[in-house]
Parts: sequence; C-alpha cells; structure tokens
Amino acid sequence: MSQDLLYLAPIISVFAGALLGLLVEALAPRVYRFEAQTCLSGATLVVALIFAIRTFLSSNSRKTAVLGSVTVDGPTLGIWMLLLGFAIGAVVLMAERRAHGQTSAFTAQAATTPGSPDERAFLAARNEHTEVFVLLMFAVGGMLVFPAACDFLTAFVSLEVLSLPLYLLAGLARRNRAISQEAALKYFLLGALSSAIFIYGVALIYGSTGSFDYAQIADSLGQLKTSDKTIYAGLGLVIVGLLFKMGVAPFHVWVPDVYAGSPTAVSAFMAVCTKLAAVGATIRILFVPLGGLRWSWMLPLACIAVLSMLVGAIFGLTQRNLKRLLGYSSIAHAGFILMAIAMATTGVVGTQVGEFGSVGVSLFYMLAYGLATLGAFAITLLVRSSGGTEASEIYVWTGFGRRNPWYGIAMVVFMLSLAGMPLTAGFIAKLYVFALAWFNGYAWLAIAGLTLSLLTAAMYLKVIRLLFLSGGAAPSGSDNDQPTPTTSQASKPLNALIALCVMGTVFFGLLPSQFGNIAAAASVLLR
Amino acid sequence: MTSEYLILSAVLFCIGVGGVLIRRNPLVIFMSIELMLNAANLALVTFARARGDLGGQAGAFFVMVCAAAEVVVGLAIIVTVFRSKRSIDIDDMTLLSGAPGAEGGSLA
Repeated sequence: MSQDLLYLAPIISVFAGALLGLLVEALAPRVYRFEAQTCLSGATLVVALIFAIRTFLSSNSRKTAVLGSVTVDGPTLGIWMLLLGFAIGAVVLMAERRAHGQTSAFTAQAATTPGSPDERAFLAARNEHTEVFVLLMFAVGGMLVFPAACDFLTAFVSLEVLSLPLYLLAGLARRNRAISQEAALKYFLLGALSSAIFIYGVALIYGSTGSFDYAQIADSLGQLKTSDKTIYAGLGLVIVGLLFKMGVAPFHVWVPDVYAGSPTAVSAFMAVCTKLAAVGATIRILFVPLGGLRWSWMLPLACIAVLSMLVGAIFGLTQRNLKRLLGYSSIAHAGFILMAIAMATTGVVGTQVGEFGSVGVSLFYMLAYGLATLGAFAITLLVRSSGGTEASEIYVWTGFGRRNPWYGIAMVVFMLSLAGMPLTAGFIAKLYVFALAWFNGYAWLAIAGLTLSLLTAAMYLKVIRLLFLSGGAAPSGSDNDQPTPTTSQASKPLNALIALCVMGTVFFGLLPSQFGNIAAAASVLLR
Repeated sequence: MTSEYLILSAVLFCIGVGGVLIRRNPLVIFMSIELMLNAANLALVTFARARGDLGGQAGAFFVMVCAAAEVVVGLAIIVTVFRSKRSIDIDDMTLLSGAPGAEGGSLA
C-alpha cells in the first residue's frame, strides 16, 4: 500500500497543493496572496516532478496502483516528467506581472461586467484573481491522471477534471475581456460536446466487451463475434473525443479561436500541457484496450494526420495574428504526432533513428514542440501596442528582432525548431517521425509528411522575415493610426524560462541521444 | 428485450447531436449536450442489465456527477457572456471569427 502511495506521489502532491492553495485563498491577507500562490504552485510542481523522476530512476518502476485504475509505467512517467516540467513553465508565464505593468494578466474581478463602474473600481484597487493558480493545479492533476488511467471511467473523470478549470481560465483575461469570455464559451461548448461523444463511445465499448478495464477489454476482443460491429462504433466515437482534445484537423475548429482569445499564459498551457495529456491518453487507449483492432484504425488515423498537417499548413499561412498562427501550428504538429501514433509500433529495437517505437517518438516530438511553443508564447507576452494591451497582430512584430536582438534570436530559434530546420530539436523530432513511418511500410505517409513539413515551414519563415524587417508601420487600410509597438520588460523568471527553452531546443537538436535513452526506457506500455 | 432501450438511447444521442448543430442558443446547445450524456447513461444501464454486471450502473453515476460539475461551470460562463454582451446568440459570437475586422482577423 505504501508502495502504491509512492507511485501516486506526483498526483497526490499536485492535488494536495491545489487544496492548500484554496486554504491560502481563504486565509492569507490579500497583499501576500499573489506571491504565496505563485510560490506554492511552483513548489508543489517541483516536488511532484522530483517524485516522478525518483520513481522513473528506481528499477521496478512499472506498477498498477489504486485497484487497477491507474498504471504507473514507462510512458506514464515519461509524460508526467514532461508535463510537470512544462507546467512549471506555465506557472512562470502566469505569474508574470512586470510585463503587464505590475498587474497580473488575469481579470480583476470575473463577476463584473466589462466596462462597468464596478470593473473600474476593482481595476483601480489593483485587485487580482489569485484563484487562477489553484485552477491551474487542478487542471494539472487531471492531466496527470488522464494518460495514466487504465479504465475508461477514470479516464472520463480525469478528462473532466482537466477540462473544467481550463474552460474557466480561458475566460479570465484582464484586457479584451469580451473576447476572452467568447473564447471560454466556444471552448466550453465544443469541449463538453467532445466529452459527450467520448462517453457514448465508452458506453458502446462497455456494451460489446462487458468491462471498462483496459486489460479486460483487450482480452475479450478475441472472443467477440465477427457480426458484432458495436465495438467499431465505440472505437470511432472514443477516437473522435480524443482527437478533439488533441486539436487534430477535422475536429480543430476551436483551437485558433481559443488560443487567440485566452490570456497568453493560458494559451501556452493549453497548447503544450493539454496536448501532452491528450497524446498520452490516446496512445494508451489505442494501444492497450483497442490494440487488437489496430488494423482498422491505423490507416484512417494516418489519413487524418495528413489532413491535419495540410489544414495547419495552409490556414496557418493566411493568418495575421501570431496567437492564431501558433494555433494552426499546433494543429499541424498534432498531425505529425498522430502520424507517429498511427504507426502503432510499441517495441523498441534500439536507440538508433528508425528503431524507436511510437511512444518514444511521440514523447520526443512533444518535448521539441513544447519547448518551442512555450518559448514562442512567452515572447508573444512581451509585445505591446501603445495602449499597453498585448498586440499579437503580426504587423506589430515588424522589426521586432532589430529592436530586441536577444528576444529576436530566441524567436528565430523557436520558429526554426517548429519548422523543423536542422540543428534544432524540431528537426530531430520530425526525422524520428518520418523514419518511423518509412521503416513501418508507410513510405507514402513519410513522403507526404516531408512535403507538408516544407509547406508548414513557410508560415514560420514568414514570421522570421517580419522580425528582421526595418520599420514598424501598419499596413495601409488599417484603422490604427501608426501604433507604436513597445516591448515590455520581462521579469527574471520569464527571461530564464525563455533562455531555458532556447537552450533545450538547441541542446536536443545537437545531442538527441541524451533524450533517446530516456525515451527508449519510457517506451514499454504495461497492460 | 434490451434492444428497444438501445435504440431509444441512439435516437436520444442523435437528437442531441442535431440540437448542437442546429440550435443557436448556447443554453439549448448545452441542453442538447446533456441529452447526449443521458443517452450514454441509458446505454450504460441497459448494457449493465443485459450482462448482469453492476459496472455500467456505477459508471452512470460517475457520468451524472461529471455532468453536474459541467453545468456549474457552463452556466457560469454563459451568464458572464450574457451580462457583458446582452445577447447569447451563437451567431453574434464573431469577435474571434477570423473574419475581417474581428480580433485576429485574417485580413487585419
């Protein structure tokens, strides 16, 4: 039992931290609350990360805990470590006040109507919602359980636990509140729809196999009558629910709107951590209970992956807003990850290129994508229009790299990594994905992916070109009278975060084998 | 004997999906989503009955609790949007449409 607790320590410490955060909210005086909550959530995530690393390093780190509802195995621990690391980055982004003129980026009082005297009073009092950190912690807790769950009920409940705080966080921006609330409404309606589709699929799978438990479902697949098609309907609905959360192409409509409307820190958190949790859960659900049906889901998923890359690349090119562009970029990258998942090879032969399984490749891809995306959102946070609001319109960025060479170079590194240029982590990640497809007999998919990755590179190169153009004039036809964009000063933790993301991107681009061994160790799914 | 209930559950689910796609009021859309969740509940309970297994019935309770939590968050968001816009018609939600003039419009 105590061993169980040790395996679950990351989950327990995150939820305990969230509950403590509620106490701080109730008891601490208002002046100290922001600092207290920042420190508490940061410390909790660090503690959880240490627990996860400790379990990963101990030799017998493969175990089912809590009545067989949660599996702590290699892939789970790999995802946990990445997730907690990126969540710490998200806390740094959320805690940023210096870039926002010494106030947090979240609304002064969510209950007030935008533009009302009440709102002005709260703004004048420099009120801040510190509950955002608690919401973040609950979301992280759900994200830890989701990829580890090994029955469908736990998966559904953790899906809700991770989604509900995110719906709220999306609507809590301090500036442009109407837009933020609209993003929350869109995210909520489509998210609730995807959960409903997911649970109906679960009901159908339960109907044809008689169990929620992944391992038991896998066992009973062999005894199904060939006339029983219910399981295929269930498979389809569950996959649709998962792809919604991952933001893959036919189910992507919410992604650009929600990323553009939410506070930038929350967009970064959703783009990296939510996607990571969804990828982990998709891998486990497809490989463990539904692995016996892989011949019926591999080809459709490969086609969806191509569609997703295509949609992300083409629509991304036409965007004039950097946060929307990053949204389409995340759709394209979800396609690349799905390509790795669709190959359905779990076995690890070695640590050379082309010898990884789907899990290791997905993990490495998420690492490369997460570092670059988190960094790009962090820099987006710094660019302001003259009014002090965040200016993510892309023309505001003209000449940004000339005015701020350091941030400019960092942004170039992130864009090159997202585009998959050599010497960055993004290149190695794409190389692994294409090699995986090529060596598993999906040469057409590898070639399609390669072509589309060149197409996606166009949108990132467009940003890089803008960064180092001279001048900062608005295009003619814009109503704004020459907005003079400014770059706000970042606090030390935010600068450190950007520097870490740059170093990570370059490091894993030069020495991918450093991660290769970890990914190989984290590849074996436990049933 | 259970197939009638399964057909009813499938019909309810389809009505729910249709409602989400057709209706323009977020409250009605949300009610349609609740209908889909309850269709899943009906299917779970029916399958549990057919197999003589309690798991499905327990599952229905989990779904109900999650649906209740979703209502709390969802109504809060819908009420906030109504108070700031004085309208909750989905067709009015065009600030983030990517259309010309909207925030993040693709034509700036």
